[in-house]
Amino acid sequence: MRYNIKVNVNGKPHDDSVNPRVLLVDYIREKLGLTGTHVGCDTSSCGACTVHVDGKAVKSCTMFSVQADGTDITTIEGMCQNGKLHPLQEGFKEEHGLQCGFCTPGMIMACADLLENNSNPSENEIRHGLEGNFCRCTGYHNIVKAVQYAAKKG
Amino acid sequence: MGNLIGKSVKRVEDNRFIKGEGKYTDDFNMVNQTFAVYVRSPHAHANINSVDVSAAEAMNGVVKVFTGKDIADAGIVGSICGWQVDFKNGDTMKEPGHPILAADKVRHVGDPVAMVIAEDKYTAKDAAEAVLVDYEVLDAIVDPKAAAQDGAPQVHDDVPNNTIFEWELGDKAATDAAFENAHHVTELSYHNQKLVPNAIEPRAALAHYDANEEKYTLYTTSQNPHLARLIIGAFVLSIPEHKLRVISPDVGGGFGSKIFVYNDECGVLWASKQIGRPVKWTADRSEAFITDCHGRDHVTDAKMAFDADGNITGMRTKTFAAMGAYLSNFSTCVPTYLHGTLMQGLYTTPAVHVDVTAVVTNTVPVDAYRGAGRPEATYGIERLMDTAAREMGMDPTELRRKNFIPAFDGVNEPGYQTQVALQYDSGNYEANMDKALKVADYESLKAERDKAKAEGRLVGIGFSTYIEACGIAPSAVVGSLGARVGLYDAASIRVHPTGKVTAHVGAHSHGQGHETTFAQVIADAFGIGMDDVNIVHGDTENVPFGMGTYGSRSLAVCGSAIMRSVDKVKEKGARIAAHKLECSPDDLEFANGSWTVKGTDKSVGFGDVALTAYVPHDYPADEEPGLDFASFYDPANFVYPFGTHICVVEVDKETGEVKVVKYVAVDDPGIVINPMIVDGQVHGGVAQGIGQALFEGAAYDSDGQLLNGSMLDYTMPRADNFPMFETDRTETPCPHNPLGVKGIGEAGTIGSTPAVVNAVMDALSDYGVKDLQMPLTPNRVWDAINSNGNGNA
Repeated sequence: MRYNIKVNVNGKPHDDSVNPRVLLVDYIREKLGLTGTHVGCDTSSCGACTVHVDGKAVKSCTMFSVQADGTDITTIEGMCQNGKLHPLQEGFKEEHGLQCGFCTPGMIMACADLLENNSNPSENEIRHGLEGNFCRCTGYHNIVKAVQYAAKKG
Repeated sequence: MGNLIGKSVKRVEDNRFIKGEGKYTDDFNMVNQTFAVYVRSPHAHANINSVDVSAAEAMNGVVKVFTGKDIADAGIVGSICGWQVDFKNGDTMKEPGHPILAADKVRHVGDPVAMVIAEDKYTAKDAAEAVLVDYEVLDAIVDPKAAAQDGAPQVHDDVPNNTIFEWELGDKAATDAAFENAHHVTELSYHNQKLVPNAIEPRAALAHYDANEEKYTLYTTSQNPHLARLIIGAFVLSIPEHKLRVISPDVGGGFGSKIFVYNDECGVLWASKQIGRPVKWTADRSEAFITDCHGRDHVTDAKMAFDADGNITGMRTKTFAAMGAYLSNFSTCVPTYLHGTLMQGLYTTPAVHVDVTAVVTNTVPVDAYRGAGRPEATYGIERLMDTAAREMGMDPTELRRKNFIPAFDGVNEPGYQTQVALQYDSGNYEANMDKALKVADYESLKAERDKAKAEGRLVGIGFSTYIEACGIAPSAVVGSLGARVGLYDAASIRVHPTGKVTAHVGAHSHGQGHETTFAQVIADAFGIGMDDVNIVHGDTENVPFGMGTYGSRSLAVCGSAIMRSVDKVKEKGARIAAHKLECSPDDLEFANGSWTVKGTDKSVGFGDVALTAYVPHDYPADEEPGLDFASFYDPANFVYPFGTHICVVEVDKETGEVKVVKYVAVDDPGIVINPMIVDGQVHGGVAQGIGQALFEGAAYDSDGQLLNGSMLDYTMPRADNFPMFETDRTETPCPHNPLGVKGIGEAGTIGSTPAVVNAVMDALSDYGVKDLQMPLTPNRVWDAINSNGNGNA
């Protein structure tokens, strides 16, 4: 059995027939070819698959694509507007907030949600806000600085 | 232009990563591709009575199911061990076979018994669950020390007492004598627990066989694509090397776990030819936990002897090192040549003896994980130092100061020959510690700790002054020690007609920022812009045969190969420039991107020379056109970074939770090219080392079940586990490579773990707690606090 879903991804409408058990992350990666969203675990622990669904950060490996029917989705590919980097993208580069880059898209999406809810977070609030995203390379040090950079830039 | 060495240049590669435009193996797809899923053993040790694939094969969308029998019938052997370490009595190392799919027996949870290939991955997963395997479960062995005892379950029939080798290094008689005459002996018994690397990108492979060209292509998550091609082609699948292309695109972290050639990737490549279609396999995280090589798993008794003045007179260790169920590529060199050889630390210890028994157990294979042997050695030495200082009533820094090897630069003073085979290149250990004490403001820290303790709070300070051997490695030396490969690296510099440069390098970044650091080195050398240089890596079809990235070797070894090619370009460029300027090359000097006749203003630019080399109308008669050189570099020695790490912790008396409140790392990686990247490497390494000290560890039950085989269960360090790290440096040049560089990739992991545990022991010293086993979980610490000094209760 297949279901039809309508989603807006990075401002572009999609109307697709999907198998109901296909995870949102697989739909995004394999059907839409947006491979910036990554899969790092299968227990919704690592956060590499974080996207925004109707403006809220969601781990797209914990959601079926059919559950996203009728939503607006933003992936990392949608963060750069008119060729201008999002302040977080800029912050991650300026503060060396990434090394291998694999956790980075999910990290940026989670950080954007964090800043959406708290535009001027303390270091402690940033660290707690990132509990749901693993990075194995940076020790989080420069990720914290990247978020502070973006917060300052507003 | 120029002057790029030592600058925190922002990373070139970030431009794609921050936009989600990095290309990792799983991001690639091929027309008509299929998906493979492995059926893996749920048992740690079992005989396979039968494998029934009929239900799976009958499912819609299933293309083929292979079993261990298919692999055996094809006569394929599995991946190999690349380092032979023989028994100290001269007997040859035991090398049990490691089939791609188990046919008769499984030896760890995760051992594959069948490979299901289907039209899509969901179908492949369903079909994998329909494969029926009849197992006869056997007793398992997990504990490394118990594995070597008589009567332990036998993992392989051809490995008596599960013992791969018994190895020793150092002067046993002299060490025995040192302990007989010791004024004081400090002892510790500890388990460098089994760690799961957990690179955030799981391993993956996409394989294709082109029947027309009889050629294989393998996209895979590898830290060293050429080594993968060599092992797969020459040893596992017998594919001529020119018919096998290995592409390792962007790699999402490795930490050692992606050095190795795993059977899983080989199986996919083999299958692509059998079914005549591309095959893709991507591990999920649960699979990564039970297939990616783990790290550490050393059980060690360590002793240090002192005279009455606190001088170290001897050091002795006995280690049981688990290899897991099979020998991974470099498993055998980790507890020996990357561990025993470091057991002198940076002290003048006159007698050292290291004894290592390597065993197989019914657990996931163990191999190099960030630091690989050196963290295990450093943990023992540096824990003993702080423990001994406490026992002898000395400040831990004074005990170290008394025992440091005096400064030597390796040029005017010779390298330092240790008791355990290595010759350190250059070092200035006391000055490094002094800088760290200053950065940390040690006197204030002590006052704060004592004040906290007086208030009833548990605050402790821990030290670690480490040395490590990296820049792996001089081929002749490692060859004499049993390595079956050389460990040089390679780089070509292709100057284009317009003076732009493409460098093809054998090292392969999996987060280290080679596209930036290497470009800095090259741009600086030629006096051109960073934008004028492009780094190509990760494709055996395009880059010269290099040995990849691990053992903090990229800059020290591949960077040196780059400099060799740079020199060749400059030498030929000078001859072309001399022709244009009508002088001798000896009259020229190269600076700021131009060759200038010394003492004049006559010069010709790098770009002009490049154009002349490719449009050789007015050209030296005996010169070939072009400006394109490849070089190989085999290092003269290892390089020896060192450093001082100081950790301050506060232990919550009520919960046993350890909080790292301050962390100072002053490392000496030799000459620094990009301080921003170096700091980043330290941050990440320290976080992983703190992870071992406080959070991480593969927990097996006695049946060999991995109890924490997911990221929900295995405690991965999170952002709120750490403070901001304070990093600084000393820079003692390496005397034997052109850039004077050492390495920094693993230093943080090597230095940090003992500093953290030492800090906790300092915090708990009033409770009489001498030692606790890692990870120092709240449960363990709380028990120690509440067991009246019986720390290991």
